[in-house]
Amino acid sequence: MRGFGALLGREMRLAIRHPADSLAAVLFFVLVAALFPFGIGPAPEALARLAPGALLASALLAALLPLDRLFGADVEDGTLDQLLLSGMGAATVALAKALAHWLVTGLPLLVATPIAGAMLNLATEAWPAAMAALGLGTAFLSLLGTAGAALTLGARRGGVLLPLLVLPLAIPAVIFGAAGIEAAAAGLEARPYLLLLGALVAAALPLAPLAAGAALRVE
Amino acid sequence: MLHAENLACRRGERVVFAGLSFKVEPGAAVLLTGANGAGKSTLLRLLAGLLAPAEGRLLWQEADAFADRAAHAGRLRYLSHADALKPALTTRENLGFFARLWGGDAGAALDELGLAPLAELPARVLSSGQKRRLALARLALAPAALWLLDEPTVGLDAVSVERLGALLARHRAAGGMVLAATHLPLPLPDARELRL
Repeated sequence: MRGFGALLGREMRLAIRHPADSLAAVLFFVLVAALFPFGIGPAPEALARLAPGALLASALLAALLPLDRLFGADVEDGTLDQLLLSGMGAATVALAKALAHWLVTGLPLLVATPIAGAMLNLATEAWPAAMAALGLGTAFLSLLGTAGAALTLGARRGGVLLPLLVLPLAIPAVIFGAAGIEAAAAGLEARPYLLLLGALVAAALPLAPLAAGAALRVE
Repeated sequence: MLHAENLACRRGERVVFAGLSFKVEPGAAVLLTGANGAGKSTLLRLLAGLLAPAEGRLLWQEADAFADRAAHAGRLRYLSHADALKPALTTRENLGFFARLWGGDAGAALDELGLAPLAELPARVLSSGQKRRLALARLALAPAALWLLDEPTVGLDAVSVERLGALLARHRAAGGMVLAATHLPLPLPDARELRL
C-alpha cells in the first residue's frame, strides 16, 4: 500500500508540473462537443436529442488521448523496470496508473461538462446525471485503457492500436451513460442506468489491473 | 549465496548465451565483461527477474529465486542503462519516491553522492554524469543483498567513481554481493571476472 500511495503521489506531482496535458484533454473534449452543433445545424431540439451520446463519445475520445503515453515514458526512461522490481506487484502499479489517469484526465472533464452540455443544448436538470455518467464512463475507460496501454506497449504504432482495442470494449459505457443522461433530460430516473454503469466500473476495477499487470510482466 | 545453474537466454530466435553457471558468495563481486551484444545487460535483467530464462535455474540460498518474485525483487537493486529519472521532478523528489518505496533517508543518500547542493534543482537541468550519480544514490538508500549494476560509471568523474567505490566497499563489507557489467575499470578490488 505504501508503494501505491508513493506512485500515485508521484504521478499527481508530475501532472501538476505538466498541466498542459490535462488542459489539452479538456479542450479536446469541449472542441469535439462543439463540432456537433456545426454539423447538425442550429436546431435546438435535434441537438438536445443528440447531446447524451455526443457528450459520452467526446469524453471517451478525450480520455483516450494521453493513454498511449501512460507507460511509454516509463519504459523509455527505465522507470517501469524499477516499478516492477519495487515489490508492489505489477497489478498494483497498473491500478495506481489507472487511478492517476482518471484523476488527471477524467476528473477535469467533469468540470467542463456544463460547458459542453450547454453547447449541445442539454437540459440543465440533466447536468448532474451527465456529470455522474461521464465520471463513471471515464473511470471505466481509464481502467480498460490501462490494460490496453500495457498490452500495446511493445507494439509498433501502439498509439493507433490502442483505440482500436479499447473503444469497442467501451460501448456498454456509452449505452448506459447516454441512456442515463437521456432519462434525466426527460424527467425520468437516471439511477438504474448509472448503477449499471457503476457495475461495469466495479467489474473492471479488479480485472483490468490484473490484465494490465500480466501484460507488463510479459513485456 | 546466489547460484546460477546452466542459464540460457534467447531473444527472438537468437541464443544470447547458454550453459552459464556461476556462484556469488556474500561479500563477493563479479565483473561481467564481453563484447557489445554478448548479453551482459540481458544477464543482469534475467538475474533481476525482468526476463525469464529459456533454460536453467537461479538459486538463492539453494532455493529457487523466482518462486517468490516479490521477495527476489525485495533483495536486489537493479541499475540499468536508463537512469529512471523524471525530468520534471527535483533531484530530491526523484530520490524521495524510491525512499518511500524502500525506506532510507534521501537527504543522506544525496550527500553521499555529493548531490546535496543540487537537491532542489529539477532533474532536467542535471548533466548526464549528475543524472548517473542520482541513479546511483538509490543504492545508498536502504540495504539490499544483491546489486546488479549495468555500466555504473558511465559519465562519472574521478571523484564520483571514488564515492561509488566507498559505497561498494561498504556494501560488500556488510555481506552484500555485486554483479557489474562494465567496459571501464571499476573500484571493485579482487572482483572475479565472468566473460560472456
